[in-house]
Amino acid sequence: MLTLAACGGGAAASQAATAAPTRAPAAATRPAAAASPVATTSVRIANFAFSPPAIAVRAGATVTWTNEDEDAHTVAIGGVPASQPLQNGDTFAHTFSRPGTYAYLCTIHPYMRGMVVVTAG
Amino acid sequence: MTTTEIDRRGFLRCMAWAGTGVVWTVTGGVLSGCQLDAAAPAGPRTRDLSFVQISDSHIGFRGAANQDVTGTFGLAIEQVNALPARPAFVVHTGDLSHTSAADQFDTVHQMLGTIRTGSVFQVPGEHDAVSGDDRAYLATFGRGTVGTGYHSFDVNGVHFMALVNAVATQGMGHLGADQLDWIRRDLAGRSSETPVVVFAHVPLFAMYPAWGWSTDDATQALGMMKRFAAVTCLNGHVHQVMSKVEGNVTFHTARATAFPQPAPGAAPNPSPLTVPSAQLHAALGITEARYTATTGRVAVIDDPLSP
Repeated sequence: MLTLAACGGGAAASQAATAAPTRAPAAATRPAAAASPVATTSVRIANFAFSPPAIAVRAGATVTWTNEDEDAHTVAIGGVPASQPLQNGDTFAHTFSRPGTYAYLCTIHPYMRGMVVVTAG
Repeated sequence: MTTTEIDRRGFLRCMAWAGTGVVWTVTGGVLSGCQLDAAAPAGPRTRDLSFVQISDSHIGFRGAANQDVTGTFGLAIEQVNALPARPAFVVHTGDLSHTSAADQFDTVHQMLGTIRTGSVFQVPGEHDAVSGDDRAYLATFGRGTVGTGYHSFDVNGVHFMALVNAVATQGMGHLGADQLDWIRRDLAGRSSETPVVVFAHVPLFAMYPAWGWSTDDATQALGMMKRFAAVTCLNGHVHQVMSKVEGNVTFHTARATAFPQPAPGAAPNPSPLTVPSAQLHAALGITEARYTATTGRVAVIDDPLSP
């Protein structure tokens, strides 16, 4: 059997390829800060997004991220070494001791972004 | 001319070329090569050549999309070793590992060493640089490379460039100023008749920027290649076959040996695609490439993994 797939991809792929090369990833155009922070210490990593994308905790709180995706992700908080890659079911915890606003991303998929707002305890 | 027109014309060119009966006799093969119809012979200095691209082995992946990525990578290597003609070299276009672990790199290194070919080359994917740099990758695979692992070489008069566009990115592929300078120097003084083949992990065309399937500074690199008669860009990253012709450049994306990914926009995100187990091998594969001196062009054949 020999299948001819001229130019591959099909119609959907061809249309997708017409986008300008400099266009920013759609995910990155939705800054995490746009969502109002949710008071929680648990963040799900699901469907290539941090959920909730912005959280609020008190200083001294430990935040835990759980990867529910099949693909691996990391949690890289500004000024802190990135987490080890999290496979499906893996968790990563970080304690925020000082108030401030901490942006973070996945280094494998940098368009995945999140934010932790730490208030004085 | 709009990009859409280029796409349509490119597609018609592909159809025309494929319709002329230039079909490789590869059992079970999917022919998806594209060639410009205005082919200029590359001159007498080049000789025919075949090489193989493998990609996205993701050694260390655990998930329903493929319970045994080491096994399917091994089958891909067996398939390369069973080709009737031994390829001049084999290139792995990135995501060798799933999480950049030393044991994953070691497994890939050992398995690549079992391929019957002249040489093996590779470029890193973002999964080979999960912490934002590719130092662990370079420790195993960096020999003979520059910067983040880019390098070039010549075989039978064809110039090959292995580029790195998946390390420390901001969401899309990125070459960076240092590498762009290196590309400029690497191409300087080369005859415009020289066939150029470029390897990179992330597509060098805007395949689907919403998922990061694009390289934000690729136009600068391709601009330096405009004077060359024929440029072929082969990449991985997207785990599916797609080709596009734009001016003097033919772009082609390869299947993975690990798991398929959705077509652009066909799912909410590019998560690994789980297909029925009986269909997995057909969704994986290797890519054969054949350079023909009389046409100065590279034909690309995507072979699904043998059942």
